[in-house]
Amino acid sequence: MSARPLHFSDNARRDIAFAVLTAVLFLAVTLAFPGFAAPRNLAGLLDDTAILIMLALGQMLVIMGRGIDLSIAANLALCGMLAALFSRAWPDAGVLPVLVLTLGAGGLLGACNGLLVWKLRLPPIVVTLGTMSIYRGAIYLLSKGAWVNENEMSREFLAFPRHEFLGLTVLSWLSIVVAAAFIVALQRLKVARDLYAAGGNPEAASYSGIDPGRMQFLAYTICGAIAGVCGYFWVAKFAVAYTDIALGFELSVIAACLIGGVAIAGGAGTAAGVVLGCLFIGIIRSSLPLVGISAFWQMFINGLVILVAVLLSARQRQFKRTILEARA
Amino acid sequence: MKAASLLRWESMLAAVLIAAFITFSSLSPYFLSVDTLSDATFNFTERAIVALPLALLIIAGEIDISVAAIIALASVAMGLASAQGVGTAGLVGIGLGTGLLAGCINGALVTIGRVPSIVATIGTMTLFRGAAYAVLGDRVLKDYPDSFATFGQGYLVGPISIELALFVLFAILFGVFLHRTRWGRSIFAVGANPVASRFSGIAVNHYRFALFALTGLFSGLAAVLLTSRLGSTRPSIAQGWELEIISMVILGGVSVWGGKGSILGVVLAALVFGLTTFGLGLMNIPGIVLSIFTGLLLILVVAVPALVNRR
Repeated sequence: MSARPLHFSDNARRDIAFAVLTAVLFLAVTLAFPGFAAPRNLAGLLDDTAILIMLALGQMLVIMGRGIDLSIAANLALCGMLAALFSRAWPDAGVLPVLVLTLGAGGLLGACNGLLVWKLRLPPIVVTLGTMSIYRGAIYLLSKGAWVNENEMSREFLAFPRHEFLGLTVLSWLSIVVAAAFIVALQRLKVARDLYAAGGNPEAASYSGIDPGRMQFLAYTICGAIAGVCGYFWVAKFAVAYTDIALGFELSVIAACLIGGVAIAGGAGTAAGVVLGCLFIGIIRSSLPLVGISAFWQMFINGLVILVAVLLSARQRQFKRTILEARA
Repeated sequence: MKAASLLRWESMLAAVLIAAFITFSSLSPYFLSVDTLSDATFNFTERAIVALPLALLIIAGEIDISVAAIIALASVAMGLASAQGVGTAGLVGIGLGTGLLAGCINGALVTIGRVPSIVATIGTMTLFRGAAYAVLGDRVLKDYPDSFATFGQGYLVGPISIELALFVLFAILFGVFLHRTRWGRSIFAVGANPVASRFSGIAVNHYRFALFALTGLFSGLAAVLLTSRLGSTRPSIAQGWELEIISMVILGGVSVWGGKGSILGVVLAALVFGLTTFGLGLMNIPGIVLSIFTGLLLILVVAVPALVNRR
């Protein structure tokens, strides 16, 4: 913990190693199936991974501050339903109100998590486990259990994220913009440095004038807002909204963070690593059918990758620990 | 000091249980009959059987999110074995063995691999559930021998099902083990302060490993009961149960920070959980609405003491 500068070079080294690994995986698939590297296919891959990238970046902030957001997928589903119902009620309202609505509602739901963790110092896993159930239940109450189907959503609502610009969809571009913003902000902004410090050593951080709880609150709120707007994208992409959309997706998001090198104990992680983690999952997912492995293997492979990633990072940490130090 | 506040917590659970009982029996004429109540127990016994060892694990300061995935994996293993003509005794052995093995993998990751338990079990949860999907895909296994149905569908005496009898038996065993033996005291110590426990000669990692193995074994047992009751295996079997089981444990007053909790609390929480789900079902209220109550209750359980302590 004390060797801060060393810590970052470790992160950079890990990111580079992981980038090489992802590139090797990509090259291997391309060598076997030249069609894989076709621009069309890659654009599709990015479009399929875009929501995961944005969610994982939000989740990264929360985990960096020593929290976890299990309610992220339920938040997404609730805001997605809100967006769908809004589109059904006001089909001519356009996309902007939907974006504002989902960002606001998602941010609010995230802020609820953050407030409980900050003001009452409740354990994040219990809080978000609870809000996960509550948000899911709220979708049912809101929709009365019914589906909102494609024909009930306005054309503009459905078309916006799929609209193509320079060969990539708006959704893909958004994920690129968000990723770039995260990479820059995490390195340049003071508040981001504060978040790293608060997660790395909350006590030391509070002595230097940072409120770790407030940092967590911010992280949860941003994560919630991202989840909310992704709810709209999810509903528009799959053209349907119902109670169970994205059920269990929170674990894929957390998996992407872990693969991307975010330390569950807080204080460490890079945006580039998380994006690479998402791309790694995306490449595996889209190459499975090419290799002739059933899509049912995806989850198993994800599990293996997570375990290898966390075992490796645990091994690295071990050298810096004394024998009887408490585990994080 | 802590015993007194825990006692308060358990009497509160008991009060909730009685209130739920009175409410449901006045709202539904079908509720208060032996047959109905006997049916209601099937709602929670399998989950509650896993909640017992999980409570010990959480008291020891660890967590296992992979329990439901272990149930799925064990169920698939039994289904495949049954298709090969393995008999009932063999199937039970395979179910329990798969659970135990999966639990040992978790234990090894946490103790030897030094991976934090939440991360390790998120990984194995994906791995185990993934293995169930990889092996089974969209197929269903349902060629179980007739005698296999006894465990999940049979009755010991009168309206007391084998599942309920097993749960009561294990609840007593776990209660005695946790609250009346040296090992139980050590579990509390490990959860309250692992470093101090290590210094005072408790083999902390042995306890951790054993508790993960135990949780795996009981997930295997739950897989036997659930598979026997349903008579079929899909890879999505017991989906989402990990959260319900963890909720049960936390609702029972076990502290997620480790070092605090009681088996009595977990048993009462399991009863509240099972009775409420069943009662609302009788009143045609869908389970998803109940999840709002569960979620609120879960947060209240940890928020109320935090609010009180702030004053």
